[in-house]
Amino acid sequence: MSRQFNMRSLILSTGTTIILPLLLLFSLFLLLRGHNEPGGGFIGGLVAAAAIALKLFADDYPSAKSLLRVHPLQIVGVGLAIAALSSLPSLFVGENFFTAQWWTLYLPIFGPLKLSTPLFFDIGVYLCVIGTVLTAIFTLVEAEH
Amino acid sequence: MLYVVLSLFVLACFAPLLHRTFGRHSGNVFAILPAVLFAYFISYLPLISQGELITQRWLWFPGMNIHLSFLLDGLSVLFALLITGIGSFILLYANRYLAGHPALGRFFLFLLIFMGAMLGLVLSDNLITLFVFWELTTVSSFMLIGFNHEEAESRQKAHQGLMVTVIGGLALMTGFIMVGFAAGSYELSDILQQDLTAHTLYIPMIVLILLGAFTKSAQTPFHFWLPNAMAAPTPVSAYLHSATMVKAGIYLLARLQPTLGDSAAWMLTLSAVGAVTMLTGIVLASRATGVKKVLAYSTVMALGTLTMLLGLGTEKAALAAVTFLFAHALYKGALFMIAGILDHEAGIKDLLKASGLRHKMPKTCAVAIIAALSLAGVIPLFGFVAKELLLEAVLNGSHWQISLIIATVIANIFVVLVAALLAIKPWFGASLPTPKAAHDPGIAMLLGPTVLATLSLLFGLFPFIADKWLLQAAAKAVFGGEITTYLALWHGINLPLLLSVISLTCGLLLYSQWARWRQLTQGLERLSFLGPEALYNKMMAGLVAFAAWQTHVLQNGYLRNYLLTTIATMLLLVGWAMLRLDNFHLNLNFQDVKIQEATVFLILLVTILSAVLVKSFLAALALLGALGFAVALIYVFFSAVDVGITQVLVETITVLLLVLVLYRLPEFRKLSSNANRARDAIIAISSGAMITLLILLVTSARSMEGISSFFIEKSVPEGFGRNVVNVILVDFRALDTLGEIFVLALVAIGIYAMVHLRTGSKPVTNADKRLTSELKIAATSKGDAQ
Amino acid sequence: MTSLMAILIGCLYAAAIYMMLRRSMVKLLIGLILLSNAANLLIFTVAGLERGVPPLITEGAQTITGASADPLAQALILTAIVIAFGVLAFAVVLLHRAYEVIRTDDMNEMKGTD
Repeated sequence: MSRQFNMRSLILSTGTTIILPLLLLFSLFLLLRGHNEPGGGFIGGLVAAAAIALKLFADDYPSAKSLLRVHPLQIVGVGLAIAALSSLPSLFVGENFFTAQWWTLYLPIFGPLKLSTPLFFDIGVYLCVIGTVLTAIFTLVEAEH
Repeated sequence: MLYVVLSLFVLACFAPLLHRTFGRHSGNVFAILPAVLFAYFISYLPLISQGELITQRWLWFPGMNIHLSFLLDGLSVLFALLITGIGSFILLYANRYLAGHPALGRFFLFLLIFMGAMLGLVLSDNLITLFVFWELTTVSSFMLIGFNHEEAESRQKAHQGLMVTVIGGLALMTGFIMVGFAAGSYELSDILQQDLTAHTLYIPMIVLILLGAFTKSAQTPFHFWLPNAMAAPTPVSAYLHSATMVKAGIYLLARLQPTLGDSAAWMLTLSAVGAVTMLTGIVLASRATGVKKVLAYSTVMALGTLTMLLGLGTEKAALAAVTFLFAHALYKGALFMIAGILDHEAGIKDLLKASGLRHKMPKTCAVAIIAALSLAGVIPLFGFVAKELLLEAVLNGSHWQISLIIATVIANIFVVLVAALLAIKPWFGASLPTPKAAHDPGIAMLLGPTVLATLSLLFGLFPFIADKWLLQAAAKAVFGGEITTYLALWHGINLPLLLSVISLTCGLLLYSQWARWRQLTQGLERLSFLGPEALYNKMMAGLVAFAAWQTHVLQNGYLRNYLLTTIATMLLLVGWAMLRLDNFHLNLNFQDVKIQEATVFLILLVTILSAVLVKSFLAALALLGALGFAVALIYVFFSAVDVGITQVLVETITVLLLVLVLYRLPEFRKLSSNANRARDAIIAISSGAMITLLILLVTSARSMEGISSFFIEKSVPEGFGRNVVNVILVDFRALDTLGEIFVLALVAIGIYAMVHLRTGSKPVTNADKRLTSELKIAATSKGDAQ
Repeated sequence: MTSLMAILIGCLYAAAIYMMLRRSMVKLLIGLILLSNAANLLIFTVAGLERGVPPLITEGAQTITGASADPLAQALILTAIVIAFGVLAFAVVLLHRAYEVIRTDDMNEMKGTD
């Protein structure tokens, strides 16, 4: 392990364990409310990426990597695919490419749930941002080995 | 008609695949489509010959008045029939001629693309669409000329043809835009109703269009690319360089004749260039010995003749032009295919080595003689009808009758010589040994020339068939008015007939002295360094040298020099523009600055200054972090919540990233001299000052309402979101955002590749070695060029 | 405030350009960061500065009545920040690789090393 990870501290490590889920939840919250309040895919993605980077500093690289389970580049790919695919549904109802489509689902307990292509698009952006930031950070850490 | 054109392109796309399925019969299968299309166009003839005009339109870019619109009249149907008719024979022929060639699938691909493009060109009713097809013929012909791309010569000739025609194409597009501007429409059917000769843009318009047409149709001084294009396989030469592509320029001139033709500038240019091309082409043809070279130069002559006829502008000339064009396509297509047969079946490429083949190849010989007689204009072939009409048109022309008739007769004498070379030289006389055992080819290769030669004979005997069904309507489209002359084989004994006889006699005399004639004119070869081809080569060499020089000067490998040049240029240009402003007044206003804003401002100034001056990288890093957060504060102060949050987050991650990498980089060293630093500081400070001035000017002069009010109004009703910034990002301007995350993805892949995929770790393969050595060769030759 | 911002942005540009003209690659990177901040602030200022009126529509309302900050400029800057981050990350890794291979950040010595 290279130099900068020698600064592991118990407080940071424990704190991260508690804060990390909260941060990730918060990032989702930012993502989903983004259409109406400050937030959105970019901001949410940056928060989530920063949270995982925090894990990297508090613990070590393998634990941060296992937290993610997949390679960040795959996240980029999935995000890009979701965002690109969200441009297509409008074509099926005969509207122009990328025209927003809205659907409302009525769930038994939660009440009406609004789904839309902009939401999926934003989720794609979210994943893309997480993936790119983490690719950069992980790659650099690996290069230090 | 859209489907007609598209069908060829679709077939082209599948050609390599189908070629694998059908194997050695693929060309025969492909030939079915043009044959069907030929029948389709024939079915229009009754309508067209009555003077009907058929237009069809599909919207393509309606906002720019560019449509896929098609026009079928006498002229376009004549070309369409030639393209599809000869095209199907060529496919049959090529299938046999190139049998077993490893890249035959690719050959059919390009040939069919060319066929589709050519058909699109002559059927287009929209100038822009026409231009697209025009360029497509250029590109596909480039691929066809350079089909044997492993030979350097083939590549070079293809390149030459491409350069010449593309330069013309550029001019043509500009000309087309001018025509569209002057006529108020890009539709030919609208444009042809108008006479643009009085328009102020008329002269530049015709200069540009003529440049395009002349390069494509190989008029002097651009004629040199056509004989060189004979590097192509013979079926290509037979198709592109005799019957179709080179006639695209003629088609264009004929097409625009009613609109642009009624002026002295147009007529005299066309007559002069046409006559010069005619003479140049035929004199060079009489000196050549390669079978294909002779044919190529005589094609140049024919193209010149056509241009000259169009320049006459009379009713008779219009009829003569379409008749000559039709006759030429028939006999020249046949002769080219026979040249290919000579090469393929007897291994003969040079006329000097061919003699006495009539016993070994009797059928080929018969067909060749018929086609060559038509070329010579001997009664009763169709070429005779065309030549009589040509002479008559020139005699009754509107200008320069004497010089043009002399030129035409001289040209005709040489044409007879060329025809004799093709009809007598290879077939009669003593038998010479041939590289291959000479024999007649199979039906696939002989069918095309035979049918074409037979048609030459048929239309010669019964010219009214071609006249009534096809040529009258075509001539009408060229002339723009009714045609009252009719084709006939026999006009009685008159001046044209007399001139015909004279040229026939002189031509045959010349044939008997061919060897001496070539010897006499040997001096011409020494003049070739003055010719246009030499000029072209010099120009290309100059262009390459200039490119090398400017690359050397501008791209010297120092990033900061590029930056310096860019910034200094911007500084000069913007500064100059600012100095020229009339009411240059700045309203500096610091009254509304709040205390917290002033504080942030001061913090920022200090951080910027120290970030520039500090010696340690870690200090600079800390300062940059501070700077980023202060900027975020500014965003928040001025109502940009989302931006502020993003800035804070990005700043955090940036610092993190930099820490990861750069903690082990060295301390800053002083690398530049003091003089350089001072120079850079002056440039930097003046740029900064200019930006400040620019902002002050721009903010005090804002006169138009922004488009943001639209987004604010529509955000809730149509975007269902109350955060307008986010609605813009994911809904209104989602395509931009999509592009942006693509960039992010590229960055991620790039980063990953840079660290993980190292070239050094791979075992070096032979291919790599070859690549390296090729690169080295390229580098050395570049060094030589410099 | 616009005047003050204009001066600030001028200073940022001057500093950015000066740093980008240095021979050290690290300094070039610093210049790049300064330049992207400067450009973002430039767009922001030119679009008009408004205090305390973010482009958020209150719940139940259809639109914003009265003054509001320019949402388009903000959307542009938001993307520009993230893109600038991407470019920077790429440049950082490039620098890292370059330093690993040739052990210098002087761009004069890099010239000619493929």
